[in-house]
Amino acid sequence: MDIRLDAISHSYGPTEVLRDISIDIPSGQIVCLVGPSGCGKSTLLRLIGGLERATAGQVLQLGAPPQGCLNPLTYVFQDFALLPWRSVRGNVSLVLEDHGISGAQADAIITDVLERTRLSDFSKALPRQLSGGMKQRVAIARALAVKPAVMLMDEPLSALDSQTRELLMDDLVTLWTRQPFTSVYVTHNLAEAVRLGHQIVVLSRRPGQIRDIVAIDKPLSERGFADTDLEVTQRHLWDLMRAEARAADEELLDV
Amino acid sequence: MSDTSQNHKPVEVRFRGGGFAPTSRRGVGIAVFLVLVTLVEIGTRSGWISALTLPKPSDVLATFGEMWQSGLLFKHLLPSLGRLAVGAAVGASVGVAVGVMIGLFSYVRAGLVPLVAALFPIPKIALLPLFVIWFGIDEASKYALIAFGTFTPTVVATYSAVDNVDRSLIRMGQSFGLSWLSIVRKIVLPGAMPGILSGLRISLAIAIILLVAAEMLGAQYGIGAYILEAGSLYDLERLFAGVVILSLLGVTLSAVIGQIEKKLLGWRS
Repeated sequence: MDIRLDAISHSYGPTEVLRDISIDIPSGQIVCLVGPSGCGKSTLLRLIGGLERATAGQVLQLGAPPQGCLNPLTYVFQDFALLPWRSVRGNVSLVLEDHGISGAQADAIITDVLERTRLSDFSKALPRQLSGGMKQRVAIARALAVKPAVMLMDEPLSALDSQTRELLMDDLVTLWTRQPFTSVYVTHNLAEAVRLGHQIVVLSRRPGQIRDIVAIDKPLSERGFADTDLEVTQRHLWDLMRAEARAADEELLDV
Repeated sequence: MSDTSQNHKPVEVRFRGGGFAPTSRRGVGIAVFLVLVTLVEIGTRSGWISALTLPKPSDVLATFGEMWQSGLLFKHLLPSLGRLAVGAAVGASVGVAVGVMIGLFSYVRAGLVPLVAALFPIPKIALLPLFVIWFGIDEASKYALIAFGTFTPTVVATYSAVDNVDRSLIRMGQSFGLSWLSIVRKIVLPGAMPGILSGLRISLAIAIILLVAAEMLGAQYGIGAYILEAGSLYDLERLFAGVVILSLLGVTLSAVIGQIEKKLLGWRS
């Protein structure tokens, strides 16, 4: 299943946040959205998943979601959004219960996703006992449990320290290599974007418009820490963004 | 820098990070209580507290013992507990239900929040004659008074607790396609539980206050009736014995809620 954004524009009252965004998100690829803070990239992600309604334009699903898919558009949030009163297992089972999956079938799915995110030993732990990286892995496990057609990731690594971030990036690459998933990945971190993105969409400052779309052909599994090819791309992205980021930083916030 | 370090002896950095972190100190509460009671006992025995000001704690204890032996204690306590249980249960459960509705529906909020704000400051005791007319002089009017008194604080605590549920968790539930009912049952209610329970602590204390008020009017048995009778006879020992029972009741209820919190809110550190 592909996603097409067709001339999306969005405003909050008089403040225009997004202007005329058209992107194609082909299945099996990770599309990164980067841009200076306040450029509306998180808003765009909420529009894609139907958590907000665009002022103009539309988000289209092309083709049917794959079989067994419970929740085609599934989010991974920056703040993890785990229920603190449920165990790791309980947090994953939460999203299955409403689809009438329980008992042995649910157990099988939960065991599988926890194994894929290396959490099998922690299924009974409560969120407060987990480190930030583990919390985010639980959130990823929960997203995988509903077999999403597209994963919408909103700065999933931004609340983590840089070492945990490296580890989790490796985890994401492994997950994708074992079973390619489609994803829209919002980040302000260019290193993450060049590490995980097949395409990188650069947005301008508010109102967010597409400045450039950079494709990276190198396979994910061959990209490494401090990769020279990637650094060239990262520099190019930063050149595109630097002036915008500075201007955005100096804007007064009165929204 | 190097000059001064040669001239001065090294001084250890002064610790200044202490305090502002309450920790539990076992037995201090009981010790304060015992010291106060002992002081009063010494004062009344030696005579610098006159018998009209305060009764001897030992006499209060003796009165309490008599009540226990004569069976009068339970004759008064059981009807009171019944009234408290029925009144508080009705008031708190209706309060929680209305509070959740206010938290979830804008129209209910717009309609009921001003009403609750108008009802809250009314001294419920002042309405007692009205309740007697509406519900009769029997138990029903006492239930109604206690229920009404616990209702308003429970509503306010509940809807602010629902308001304070982390919106990002609700957004998460919606993004996974959970039904409205599931979101309320599995995200909103557990998330509001800490606020609801701490509201319940206040509501139950108010219920005890109103219990006594209700029993001062047309009750033959009950802690409130017992205290009123003792008060009108100026029997300070019995008056204080009654007050001690009320305090114990309050402490017990608070401990019960503490246990419920421990069980339901174990997920908080």
